Amino acid sequence: MTPTSVPWHDPKRYAWLLGLVIPVSPFAGGALAAATGSSAWWFLGVMLVFGVIPVLDLVLGLDASNPPDSILAWLEDDRYYRWCIFAFVPLQYAGLVYAGAVWSRGDVPMVAKLGLALTMGMVAGLAINAAHELGHKKESVERWLSKVALAQSCYGHFYIEHNRGHHVRVSTPEDPASSRFGESFYAFWPRTVAGSVVSALGIERARLQRAGRSFWSLDNDVLSAWLMSVVLFGALLAAFGWRVAPFLALQAVIGFSLLEAVNYIEHYGLLRAVSADGRYERCRAAHSWNSDNVASNVFLYHLQRHSDHHAHPVRRYQALRTVDEAPNLPSGYATMILLAVVPPLWRRVMDRRVLAHYAGDVSRLNIQPSKRARLLARHGAAA
Amino acid sequence: MAAYRCPVCGYTYDEATGHAREGFPPGTPWHEVPDEWHCPDCGVRDKVDFEPVPA
Repeated sequence: MTPTSVPWHDPKRYAWLLGLVIPVSPFAGGALAAATGSSAWWFLGVMLVFGVIPVLDLVLGLDASNPPDSILAWLEDDRYYRWCIFAFVPLQYAGLVYAGAVWSRGDVPMVAKLGLALTMGMVAGLAINAAHELGHKKESVERWLSKVALAQSCYGHFYIEHNRGHHVRVSTPEDPASSRFGESFYAFWPRTVAGSVVSALGIERARLQRAGRSFWSLDNDVLSAWLMSVVLFGALLAAFGWRVAPFLALQAVIGFSLLEAVNYIEHYGLLRAVSADGRYERCRAAHSWNSDNVASNVFLYHLQRHSDHHAHPVRRYQALRTVDEAPNLPSGYATMILLAVVPPLWRRVMDRRVLAHYAGDVSRLNIQPSKRARLLARHGAAA
Repeated sequence: MAAYRCPVCGYTYDEATGHAREGFPPGTPWHEVPDEWHCPDCGVRDKVDFEPVPA
C-alpha cells in the first residue's frame, strides 16, 4: 500500500545499502592489497570506520529531517528496508570464511593477517549493530538472525541482555551498559562486559524458573546463542587449523569492544529521576544521546537516533526520528569513540554537555560512585 | 478473559493465550503475573503500566 495523501520520498532509501560497505571491506582490502602490493590495505575496515566516516561526518554534516508521522506505519511495512539488514549476515559469514583462509596461509605476512583481524573486528562490531536492529523486532526470523549475527563476536547474550536488561534499566546506576559521569571508557569496559553476562544469565534463569524449565537447556537463549559461537568457531578451526585461533579471538574482542564503546557513548552521565511512587521515570528521549550526523547514521542504520530508539524500541530503523528534547552529541559515534579512548579529551568535550542538559544541576546526573564527592564539590553541589 | 496492552509498543497480554515463553501458560490470570514483569517486546513499561483492553 502506498499513501496517496502525502507525496514523500525517503532521501536515505538507497543510502542504507552503504551499511554493506564494511562487511565487503575484507574482500576489497584483500583485492587492493593484491593489486598494489601494499599490506596496508588489509586494514581497510579500520580506515573506513575511523578515517573515512569521521571525515564524511565533518563534510556532510547533519540531517535532522524526519519522515512525516502519517507515513511511519507504511515506511515500517516496506520490506525493502528489512532486506538491507538481512544482506549483512551472509556477507559477514563469507568474510569470516575468507579471513580464515587468509589467516591459515603460511605465505601471508603477519602484518596483513593482523590488518585483516582488525578489519574483521570492525565487521563483527557492525554485525552487533545489525543484530541489535534485528533483535528488537517481533518476528521470529529476525530474532533468529540476530543471534546468528552475534555468533562472530561471541556476544549472543547481548540479544537477551540488551532487550530485557539494558532497555529496562537504561540510564540508571543499575544498568551495566549505561556509562556514568566521570567514568572512563577503561573503567566502563570491564563493568559492562562482565555485568552484561551476569545480567543476561540472571534474566534467563528467572524466566526459565517461572516456566518450570531447566536452565541447562536449549530453551535458554543465552546458552543456545553461545552454542552457535562454539559451532562456528569449531567449524572454522576444523577447516583452517589452530593457527587461525588467535586471529579469531582478536576479531571477536575488537568486535564486542566496538559495541561497548558505542554503549559508553549512548547514555554517558544521563539519569532517569525517581518518581513519587519510587520507580524510575519512564525512559524518554532525554535519557539517550542523539546524533544526526548523516554519514555515520547510514552506516549504523540510524542507531545514533538513539533517543527515539529508547523511547520506542520496536520502531524500525528507517522510521526513527530526531526528537527536540534529546541531548545531542557534538559528532557521530566513530568520532566520539576516538574521543572516548582518550579520557581527558572525552571529559573535556562531554562533561559540560551533560551538565548543560541538566541545567548545571550535577546532583541529577548518573555519577561514578568513586568520584561522587569530588564531582559534586567541583560542580557546586553539597555532597 | 481480559487482555492488557503495553502503552508504548502495543504488545497485548491476553489471559486466554498467556505467554508460555515467559512462563505464563494459557489461562494465566493477569493477577498471577508478577508486578515487576515488564513488556517482553519493548522493555520500556512494567506490568503496572499496562492498560486494560476494552472487551
